[in-house]
Amino acid sequence: MNTKMKLFSYNTVDTPIHQLSGLTKLICFLFLSFAVMYSYDIRVILLIMAFSVYILRVSRVQYSQIRTMVLYVMVFVLTNLVITFLFSPEMGVELYGTRHVITKLVGSISLTWEQVLYQVTKFFKYISVIPLGMIFLLTTNPSEFASSLNGIRVNYKAAFAVSLTLRYFPDIQREYHDISQAQQARGLDLSHKAKFMDRFKNALLIIIPLIFSSLDRIELISNAMDLRGFGKSKTRTWYTCKALNRADYVALILSALIFAGSLAVSAFINHSRFYNPFL
Amino acid sequence: MKKDLFKVTTKTIVATGIGAAIFMLLFMYVKVPSPVPETSFQTAYGLSAFFATLFGPIAGALISFIGHALSDAVQYGSPWWSWVIASGVSGFIFGFAFKRTKVEEGEFKGKDILTFNVIQIIGNLVAWVVVAPVLDILIYQEPVNLVFTQGFTAAIMNIVSAGVIGTLLLVAYAATRTKKGSLAKK
Repeated sequence: MNTKMKLFSYNTVDTPIHQLSGLTKLICFLFLSFAVMYSYDIRVILLIMAFSVYILRVSRVQYSQIRTMVLYVMVFVLTNLVITFLFSPEMGVELYGTRHVITKLVGSISLTWEQVLYQVTKFFKYISVIPLGMIFLLTTNPSEFASSLNGIRVNYKAAFAVSLTLRYFPDIQREYHDISQAQQARGLDLSHKAKFMDRFKNALLIIIPLIFSSLDRIELISNAMDLRGFGKSKTRTWYTCKALNRADYVALILSALIFAGSLAVSAFINHSRFYNPFL
Repeated sequence: MKKDLFKVTTKTIVATGIGAAIFMLLFMYVKVPSPVPETSFQTAYGLSAFFATLFGPIAGALISFIGHALSDAVQYGSPWWSWVIASGVSGFIFGFAFKRTKVEEGEFKGKDILTFNVIQIIGNLVAWVVVAPVLDILIYQEPVNLVFTQGFTAAIMNIVSAGVIGTLLLVAYAATRTKKGSLAKK
């Protein structure tokens, strides 16, 4: 297990992106990622992707911070690419309504331009969300995250649950590691040498103590919060909440425009979510 | 009883927060890849079924939603919304086992195990065979046969996960509770 994997490896750098309020960044992230999610127009997707890569540069995120993510995403997207083709090589034809064969492959399966466009679009669609998520995760102070959620009208109790998750994840991770080491010292085999069923059983022997100690922790924390009067009022204020300034409004308007633009392209130019150059 | 099911106390919130943290941890580290691409045997759903049974549908839904969204965000940079929502739905339905079993009174056998498992199977089927594939098609326009294959695989594996791990956890939990009527008046 990799205990070095840091959650929200946030570090303070003085860039315009870091200075934006968490609320702004959350809304912008949602606007832009929904814009990409909705559109199947490769031109729109590439534009948004170029924009988000530019912002990633502005926010001075180091490659070492995002290497693991990039790796995971590439594996995911490439598998998706392959299995999409294996499962439905005619998806593009179905979507675009025309059929331009490039070459015949095995049997009745052939590669079509429609399929290529569909898969390439999908490839970029999935890739382009990644810089957006990274900017948001790596430039937002985790403690500001809950107040941002509350800012977009998420119930403050739910927002508080999220901030508890972020607060306790490192603790739980450490505890998991400790229990696992202790059990291994007592001879529990978790390596590949053990049989599958044994490994499964042994994993349970770590999970069970972890969960039961967490149940005690829940009791403790909820008593402490009750004593401090948590949840007595309808709303609450946040220590880390920042007031919005001009840069925030500029960012909000910009991302709202991009979102509206993506919808407009679908509605007025393509007349569907797809860009169809074959007609 | 209906009212109780959705009651949110401080304990529900804390259980949600901690539960989601454990969910995240299990989701990222304690899983076994399956032969169908992009799916794996997730022990995390055993945990969400367990917490949902102890703390109700709101906690169950939020634990799986937050846990899944954050672990996706940390691993991939952005949540895969269709499956994150499906996770939330599964946790929500698991929560209907809340107060339907006698686990808090230190008893979890026979009929209780059956109730819990029927509910978790319904929850998993709804989430993975209906919600996840349909959202995949609506949001991402994935091929129909691919998403349903993934959905069925996920449903089966999560049913096993919630069934085996969830049941074991509940049995273990029941053993730690004081049995009702264990004190006799002399």
